[in-house]
This record gives sequence, structure tokens and C-alpha cells, in this order.
Amino acid sequence: MSVIEATGLRKVFGTTIALDGIDLRVEEGRILGLIGPNGAGKSTAINAILGLTPHQGQLRVLGSDPWTARDRLMREVAFIADVAVMPRWFRVSQALDYVAGVHPRFDRAKAEGFIARTAIGRSSRVRELSKGMVTQLHLALVMAIDARLLVLDEPTLGLDILYRKQFYDALLNDYFDRSRTILLTTHQVEEIQNVLTDFMFINRGRIALTCSMEEFEARYAEVTVHPERLAAARELRPLHERQVFGRSTLLFERADRGRLQQFGEVRTPGIADVFVAVIGASTAASRAGGR
Amino acid sequence: MATSDSTAMPDPSPEPQAGGSPALRLAAMSPVRLFYWSVRRELWENRFVYIAPLIVAAVFLLGFVIGVVHLPLSHVNASRSPAGHQSLTPLDFASFVVMLTYLVVTVIYCLGALHNERSDRSILFWKSLPVSDVTTVIAKASIAMVVLPLITFAIIVVTQGIMLLASTAALWTRTPILPMWAALLYHLLTVHALYYAPFYGWLLLVSAWARRAAFLWASVPVAAVLILERLVFHTSAFANMLLSRIGGGPAAMPFPPPGNMAMQAPTLANLGAFLASPGLWTGLAACALFLAAAVRLRRYQGPI
Repeated sequence: MSVIEATGLRKVFGTTIALDGIDLRVEEGRILGLIGPNGAGKSTAINAILGLTPHQGQLRVLGSDPWTARDRLMREVAFIADVAVMPRWFRVSQALDYVAGVHPRFDRAKAEGFIARTAIGRSSRVRELSKGMVTQLHLALVMAIDARLLVLDEPTLGLDILYRKQFYDALLNDYFDRSRTILLTTHQVEEIQNVLTDFMFINRGRIALTCSMEEFEARYAEVTVHPERLAAARELRPLHERQVFGRSTLLFERADRGRLQQFGEVRTPGIADVFVAVIGASTAASRAGGR
Repeated sequence: MATSDSTAMPDPSPEPQAGGSPALRLAAMSPVRLFYWSVRRELWENRFVYIAPLIVAAVFLLGFVIGVVHLPLSHVNASRSPAGHQSLTPLDFASFVVMLTYLVVTVIYCLGALHNERSDRSILFWKSLPVSDVTTVIAKASIAMVVLPLITFAIIVVTQGIMLLASTAALWTRTPILPMWAALLYHLLTVHALYYAPFYGWLLLVSAWARRAAFLWASVPVAAVLILERLVFHTSAFANMLLSRIGGGPAAMPFPPPGNMAMQAPTLANLGAFLASPGLWTGLAACALFLAAAVRLRRYQGPI
């Protein structure tokens, strides 16, 4: 059974189509990044998966419909919505008491262990903590929940690079194993490229690209081409072209690496570069046209 | 409101068959435990609900003690003025002041209960935990209907106890302490907990619904009905209904009538009449409707 299974997932707000019939299947043990521009439908998809919003189409999370079974589902699904949802009046000790009180799969000792590694005081209130510490606290609570699915919606937004790095390190080293599944959205695509096992581009309510990281490395290649050889390289029909320090970097999809090597060193591109190539052109056009 | 429920295969049963999802086979916390922690978190978040009455009681006691020390005789006598004025005894005054504070606190609490969690976005944290909307809303309603009346009772009893200890023997001998406290508890549980239930339900519903200015949304529709009824039908049935409910209804035991010194102890006959009054049950039914609507709203709503 898949952890998340959606067929024709659709959500309309008034006249705006937020999700336009998405098919999605996430298997156990994957870390899937949902990547898209603002307003692409990422948060709507996540809200539907968490049972926070009703939806059309089929959606099963751990075998249940999240809209009708949210509170039961939350025994096995954990989520961090964004950095600022921990109640500001909460004391750290109260947060531990409360989650231990209501969550059957919460390991309090584990959470206290995570908190002990930070500078967070047990009697502090959330409002007294820095943004980074609040995220550490939330992550400590969530990592101590033995959940099968963890959903992270922009979990590191507004944090500095040290906290962001620490966040993903903790997630991979102390939490993730092959029996858990993580679904996350973020704008800091480059930072999570080596965290993900799969990613999905979503744009205007539709899936633009789904790809596993193994497939990604085989499928995309980029090469920086000397200006004299640009015309020849362009004949191989690059997906996208960008200028870096006066040199052209060409992005190819499903191109023969052997042939590309004659133009220079062939690299695996960043997800962000592919994102710009796949989504950027159409989005830029529609944004300009909208004005 | 979009009611586009999933067209996904319906669950054959709320609980799974063998081989079903482990998520569904997982043991849950008992409902009582979820309710208990939901109530505790309300008291953590809204400490003013017991701090405000405590402060009022403390200020009252301070004033009372100063009064006793300075003018012990005139103090007691003043409140028993032979002219038969409707002045309250200091003991009644204490319970009146604390109860008034409790009413104000309850209105503030109810209007914020389902609103604040949306405006500070913490609703996303609460909804990430396996606590249902029903449990949450019932816990919030029970703060107004059960927890606060009991806290108010305890504060009044302690306040009056201290007053009795600090005062002259005259007050002791003239005061039927236990019947007075029994009447107080009866009054709080019947009138404030049960008869006022539709008010709390309405305030919680508005709290779940309003994006801002919850107080206006709670009061303007009521005022509109009052005005329209008056202008269109030239009647004031709604106003009379509200006044009767605020007054505690015909069956609830009232405060001591003017001139009478202390509340009388409630009798089983009082209770029987109260439980038999249709007003109690229509009120509770209205409260249930309001709360059901609040639960539904909370289910749909996210941060504002």
C-alpha cells in the first residue's frame, strides 16, 4: 500500500483552480520534495493530504480519507506547517506534557533528549525563543513521534543557513529510516537536493514533472560551452540555456553524455536549474502577460 | 462554503478489519484523557480566566479588611440599614462582584476561544495532533459551563470565609453559612452553567466564524433582531426572551429578594421545577446546535 495515493485530486476556490486533477503516489521510505512557484498549489495539496481542507477526487493517506479521518490519521502523520505555528504562550515543559498527553506514539524521553542538545530552556515560553529555536523545539517534538508520514511545509522559511542545515541533518540522521516517508515543500531547492529521493514540480495546479533522484541524474546533464562551439552544441537541442560569466551553460534532457563531452565537462545540474528550465519560461510568460 | 467531500471510496467501517492500515489499528488515547489535556491547555493559554476573579477578590478583601479595622460597627450596620434599602450585605456583595467578573471573563474567553488559535496560526499546530474538532470545541465550552462556575464558587467561598474570620462575631451568628454556600453553588450550576448555555454556544459559534471583531458579530445580529421585531411587528418577544434568560428563568432560584438577608438553601422542589422547565431544554438544544456549527466551522477553517 502506498503512503499517499491520489487520483484526479482537485480543489477549486471560487473561480480559482488550485489543484487541477493531480495523480500522485508516494511509496514508503521516500523523501518527496514538492517544488513549485508561489500559488502553484503546493500548500493546497498538502492541506488536502493532512485533512485540513475538503477536496474532490480520490485521496488516500495511509489507507484513509484524510478529510473524514483527520484526528485518527494524525496518530501516524506528523507535520510542521511552517515556522510560526507553535502557540506563543506555550512553555517548553507544557508542550512536552501536552503532546505526551494526547499522542499515543510520542516518546517523551526522546524529545527531551533532542531538546537537551539545543540551548532551549525547559521553562522558556515559545515567545521568548528565537525563530530558529522554535523550529528546533517543533522538530524535537515531531521527531519523537513515531509517525509513518512526516509532512513539512516550508519548515525552514526565514531561518539562517546554520539552522537550515542543522534541521535537515537532524531529520536525516536522527529520524529518517526506510520505514518512514517524508513529504516536504521548500523554496530553498538547492539545499535539499541531496536530501530528496524524489521530487515533483507543480505549476498552476498541475504536475509538471515527477522524477526520482536516480532517474534525475541519468536524465539531465548540463555542460558549459565555449562560445565558438555554441552553435554546434545547440544542434543537440538543449532544454534550456543560461549565461554564467559570459559563458553559456546548456541543459540537456535525455542527451547522449558521450556526445556532450566534446563540448566540455558534463555535470548533473541542480534541481533548481531544471526547475527554471521546465517551469520558469511558462511562468515568466504568464506573469508578464498578466500585467 | 465548498462542501466538496471526497468522492473516494467510503470507509466500510470506522474501524478497520484485519490487515487494514496500521494507522487505524493503532490504539488511541482515551477520550477522557484527550478531553482532560484539552481543558488543561485552555487554562494554560487563558490564565486570565482565574487570575482576574482572584485579583478582584483580593482587592475586595483588602477593602473589606480596611473597612473592618477602621469602622467595624458602622460597617456592619450600614449594610443593615433599617430603612429597608436594597443594600447588599458585604458577603453578598463579595459574591456579586466575583460573579460579575466571572461573567465578563466568560464572554471574553468564549469570543476568543476559537478565534485566537486562528489569528495566531496555532490552529495548525493543534490540528497536527490526534485531537478531534469535537473534543476541542467541547473542551472550550466546558471551560465556560463547568470549570469557570466551579472556580468562581471556590473563589467566593474562600473570600467569604476570610471575611467571616476577619469580622466580628455578629456576622458569624447572623449568617447561615452552609445554606448560603449551597445556594451559591446551586445558582452557579443551574443558572450559569446550564441556563446560560445558549449564550456560551452563540459566543463560541461567533468566535469560530468571525475573522475579526468577534464582539460586534456576536452583538449586532442580536440588536438587529431586537430592532426589526420592534419596528416590523411592534412586539418585543425576543427582548423578553433574552431578559428572562439573563434573569435566570422562572425556575432558577433567584438571588435573595430585596429585604431578605441571605439566599435560601435550594430544595429538591427548586431543582425539580428547574429541570422540568422547558426553557432549560430549549436552551440546551440551542447550545448544542451552536456548538455543532462551531465544530463544523473549525473543521473547515485554517489560520486567518
